Amino acid sequence: MIKTLKNRFEQGCKTSGYPKEKVELLPRYRGLPVVNQNAPSELAEKCAQACPQDAINAETKLIDLGRCVFCGTCESISEKQFVSFTGSYELSTADRKSLLTHGSLPSLATHAKKSFKKLFGRSLQLRQVSAGGCNSCEADLNVLATPFFDLARFGINFVASPRHADGIVVTGPISKNMKTALMSTYEAVAHPKVVIAVGACAISGGPFSGGPEVSEGLESLLPVDLFIPGCPPHPMTNLHALLAFFKQNI
Amino acid sequence: MNTNFLEIKNGVALPGDQIPNLTFDKFRAEAIKIVQNGGKVVQYFAWEKSGALMLIAVLRSGNRLLTARCDAPGAYPSLTRDCEQFHLFEREIAEQYGIKPEGHPWLKMVRYHPNVTSREDVFGNNYNEDIPGAYDYYSVEGSEIHEVAVGPVHAGVIEPGHFRFNCIGERVLHLEIQLGYQRRGIERLFLESPPKRFPHLAENIAGDTTIGHNLCFTQAVEALSSISPDPGARLIRTIALELERIANHIGDLGALSGDVAFLPPANYFGRIRGDFLNMSLLICGNRFGKGLVRPGGVRFPLSDTNRNDLKKWIDGLNPQVRHVLDLLFSTSSVRARFEECGIVTQNAAENLGLVGPSGRASGISYDARRLFPTEHYPKVDIPENAEKSGDVYARAKVRSDEIIQSMEMVRSLLNGPIETDCVVGASDFTQMAPSSFVVTVNEGWRGEVSHCALTDPSGNFVRYKIKDPSFHNWNGLAMALRDTEISDFPLNNKSYNLSYCGFDL
Repeated sequence: MIKTLKNRFEQGCKTSGYPKEKVELLPRYRGLPVVNQNAPSELAEKCAQACPQDAINAETKLIDLGRCVFCGTCESISEKQFVSFTGSYELSTADRKSLLTHGSLPSLATHAKKSFKKLFGRSLQLRQVSAGGCNSCEADLNVLATPFFDLARFGINFVASPRHADGIVVTGPISKNMKTALMSTYEAVAHPKVVIAVGACAISGGPFSGGPEVSEGLESLLPVDLFIPGCPPHPMTNLHALLAFFKQNI
Repeated sequence: MNTNFLEIKNGVALPGDQIPNLTFDKFRAEAIKIVQNGGKVVQYFAWEKSGALMLIAVLRSGNRLLTARCDAPGAYPSLTRDCEQFHLFEREIAEQYGIKPEGHPWLKMVRYHPNVTSREDVFGNNYNEDIPGAYDYYSVEGSEIHEVAVGPVHAGVIEPGHFRFNCIGERVLHLEIQLGYQRRGIERLFLESPPKRFPHLAENIAGDTTIGHNLCFTQAVEALSSISPDPGARLIRTIALELERIANHIGDLGALSGDVAFLPPANYFGRIRGDFLNMSLLICGNRFGKGLVRPGGVRFPLSDTNRNDLKKWIDGLNPQVRHVLDLLFSTSSVRARFEECGIVTQNAAENLGLVGPSGRASGISYDARRLFPTEHYPKVDIPENAEKSGDVYARAKVRSDEIIQSMEMVRSLLNGPIETDCVVGASDFTQMAPSSFVVTVNEGWRGEVSHCALTDPSGNFVRYKIKDPSFHNWNGLAMALRDTEISDFPLNNKSYNLSYCGFDL
């Protein structure tokens, strides 16, 4: 008992003040990329060629955050002259098209569906379906239950059954062998329901895109309400997306 | 031991034609002899060479890696009949290449997909039907027997898999684990994708083993293209692999504590795991170490400021970690649940070929960092961890010891300045050696990770074989559940915490 108390005292309270207080991530974190529109086109072409995800369009100078894995190859090659990654973890959008960006995204809070805020603003229960992928998106969703993030304090929980859920959170490129289970889970959730795609895999197939065993993204199978990019998205990206999309006044 | 198998070195490429080509009968007899004399299977797979199929085995015996190949017969007498360790490897070969091991005791598909040859499907599956197909599960008969089926979608935020329990009352007689849902066809993607995507494929085999798998890939490519990373890069890679180990072990001990309803360590370790993930973020900008390791070295330096920040961070956490471990292991309600739960005997563990902490918990001290050291490990003293009891307690205790050892190791590696020339692009490796073969082995946090690469006459991959330690250890979990209460499944499962995606590939 005394050990339990001593540990409790040593640990203290670690829950972050987010969203009232801002959380700063470490300097090497790669968040929202900003594209220099005045960069020479040869440099843009060089970065586009080197991008392992083919996420850069050298002509339009747009980056597709749905494909990007935030590896920073373009930033290193161009020595920040064409692309530089900022520390902003607010990356999510309500539509796929907005993920094609020069470096500014529409405000998620204002683009969110008003009906969702009204329905789910006070209580949101989600079922997670892992469909292919590498398990790091799942790991950084799980982390939201730890004391620092403490998702439950916002009335948002991950639940054990689709029958208890208001929507599904999908990770992974939707492997052929998981497609049926994913669709059954979606069917089992009552209307109205939300669909959230987390990570490059769920949005575009990610590092596996183009492979014959996976889909080209969740949107090819289901209507998606919220896109959370990253490989994996940082827990703060997930937290920001869920709060901005569903909560009032954030 | 005299053998026709050739001794090879971890991470050293050799011309493919140097691999001894034995007759099948000789290949079978010698492979079985090596394993029956205490050897273990590292890799055993098939590949296609100008229309003909070959079988190739990589075995280990003590600190020796041994290999040989043979022409694959259309059907052959199963090795599993004489030696259990080949069990899953033979099923995988049958599924991938349509080669039938006759007399295999449980010849069932592994991941549910058609084979890559034009041969008839060994299992008679119709792959137009989505998983689960028409395959059988192992079943126990009797009036009081009941089955419990769980998955593929589980109750938590975890990966998919199907668990089929045969029970009498609360007692589990047998557990069959059927995976394959996460299959992305990664081995094939290595043959069909442009090289700039290779490191990303390697990093995403299993995200919690990003460094472990990417090291295996990177060392294979470095061996094939004769690139040698500088000592600083080797140090940073070693630190990254140890941080991965610490983060995962701490997370799992927290989860184990949660599974026996002792919440303080569950919460503390849940958060402290995040600290260790954030140390990877400090080094390379990603919590899982994605983007750090590339052929030729690493992409990010570790400056003196970085080193000092990490040192201070670890020093701050060290007492907390020790205190929480002490709290966990000295609480009697925790000990009562951990001890004698899900015992896997050393004999069973040897027969199944368990690796990593799961093997060490059953008394097998094998650690690839000691026997096949790569990167900076030749200069590091790795203690021998082995608990004999084989229960959840032993699996937790081994991990607890490794957390402390790895923290001390990382701390001492950070003492001196680390200088390295960083690699810039994603595909800075030159042409790979033609018609060559390389095996790489590293000790990931779950155990032995191994990759094998074979190149064609123009230096492109013609076969890329990946093995996650989970491929060995899932059967350990099934064995742990025998004669255990079904309510102890979550506890046992977490004590292994195996990879679904690393298995499914």
